[in-house]
Amino acid sequence: MRETATLNETKAAGGDALLAVRDLNGWYGESHVLHGVEFDVKPGEVVTLLGRNGAGKTSTLCAIMGLLAKRTGSVRFAGNETIALQPRHIARLGIGFCPEERGIFSSLNVEENLMLPPRIAAGGLSVERIYELFPNLLERRRSQGTKLSGGEQQMLAIGRILRTGAKLLLLDEPTEGLAPVIVQQIGATIRELKKEGFTIVLVEQNLRFAASVADRHCVVEQGRVIDMIPSADLDANIDKLHGYLGV
Amino acid sequence: MFELLGIPPQVLMGQLLLGLINGSFYAVLSLGLAVIFGLLNIINFSHGAQYMMGAFVAWMLLNYFGIGYWPALVLAPLIVGATGIVLEKVALSRLYKLDHLYGLLLTFGIALIIQGLFRNYYGISGLPYQIPDALAGGRNLGFMFLPTYRGWIVVASVVVCFGTWFMIEKTRLGAYLRAATENPALVGAFGINVPRMITLTYGFGVALAAFAGVLAAPIYAVNPNMGADLIIVVFAVVVIGGMGSIMGAIVTGYGLGLIEGLTRVFYPEGSAVVIFVIMAIVLLIKPEGLFGRAA
Repeated sequence: MRETATLNETKAAGGDALLAVRDLNGWYGESHVLHGVEFDVKPGEVVTLLGRNGAGKTSTLCAIMGLLAKRTGSVRFAGNETIALQPRHIARLGIGFCPEERGIFSSLNVEENLMLPPRIAAGGLSVERIYELFPNLLERRRSQGTKLSGGEQQMLAIGRILRTGAKLLLLDEPTEGLAPVIVQQIGATIRELKKEGFTIVLVEQNLRFAASVADRHCVVEQGRVIDMIPSADLDANIDKLHGYLGV
Repeated sequence: MFELLGIPPQVLMGQLLLGLINGSFYAVLSLGLAVIFGLLNIINFSHGAQYMMGAFVAWMLLNYFGIGYWPALVLAPLIVGATGIVLEKVALSRLYKLDHLYGLLLTFGIALIIQGLFRNYYGISGLPYQIPDALAGGRNLGFMFLPTYRGWIVVASVVVCFGTWFMIEKTRLGAYLRAATENPALVGAFGINVPRMITLTYGFGVALAAFAGVLAAPIYAVNPNMGADLIIVVFAVVVIGGMGSIMGAIVTGYGLGLIEGLTRVFYPEGSAVVIFVIMAIVLLIKPEGLFGRAA
């Protein structure tokens, strides 16, 4: 049986990482929510951030996008230091963001929602390919965005960042509140996207779902990454992980 | 033609036309306010002053540079819109993090300054502006006499209102605008330059006011107070239609102009207050406005 990789090993891999987060601190107004988050994501990897409610998973994604009121430390993406950049400049480096509340615009129809994020680089999926991945969206493309079911809204929120040419996708709890059959469909989509070469950081509370799609799992607690477990070692560490997640 | 309650049709049609013309100004002005409020969340109290500037810039272009009505119809909105862009960049953009009240107070103060400056240099007696030759005169429609320029005001305002509605509701650019109105942070996180969009939107709303000002120049005297008198009614129109609703602003603008015209026929004493009475009723029954979304 393999040894669980230590935190130091994950950090040491910084050289060839697509995303390298170091000593990331973040604030919502006065409240200090991230206390030195560190992790790496290599090109083509799917990495989850696991942890309890309020551990700082969503805040970590928001901090990577530059959406927190204040952040310090270092977030390097594809060799660029982004800590001083505005969200729109960070996005244009090639990061696609799918927020927890999905962020479907009610005053836009499905197709307008899908076409909203501008192309930032070559190599995004074609609209035809996105409709192929999510046939429901094609059927309902003239409907008001927020009239879709929760699962369809999630597909739309993922679909619209595939068009843009972003290489790194940040997905915040894509399975939250969805029926098991929809969760399976989204899992299949994420594996498909990995095959297409996308790099994905996934926030999850659903351990089984996380295990079915990801290469590695970073455990977040109190605004830090406290452990890293490769999917292959998940079974051996399942009790420890349940301890972290409080299940 | 028939007679209604002893009112000759010429009188009725004449007042309806007058109401439609007033409604044209209400519609274009409240549309500009709605566009600005939607994205900036600022109640633009300078709107009346910017309408007045539109009329004055048209007058200045003619009297200082010999540039006539038709070029002024395009140039004056561009020039006044540019001053709006400067205002947004220099002052308004610093207030977005504060309560809406600060934006309202700032634009109100700026309106007073602009009106004061124009009063100082041009007095309050009003300056004449000729109706362009192509739109002079009028025609007899059989049941009433229609001055050509008044017909033009209605046509031009309908075209501008429809064009603005189409741009916002049906185009890609409009989709950005609607999305940024709902969730500016997320639109920014997609790589769209929201601050620039806000600046241009303010400039566009101001340009709409200036366009109305150029339309008004030949029929109302060009006067520093012309905006202050009109804008109070326009705010009532916006409240009735619902803040931020594009279609609401347009429909209520024309509708209330017509209602005002009808009141002038059937109960002239009430014509000056009818819009405010309607505003009070709407506020009591549907506080978010006829076309507004519940907050």
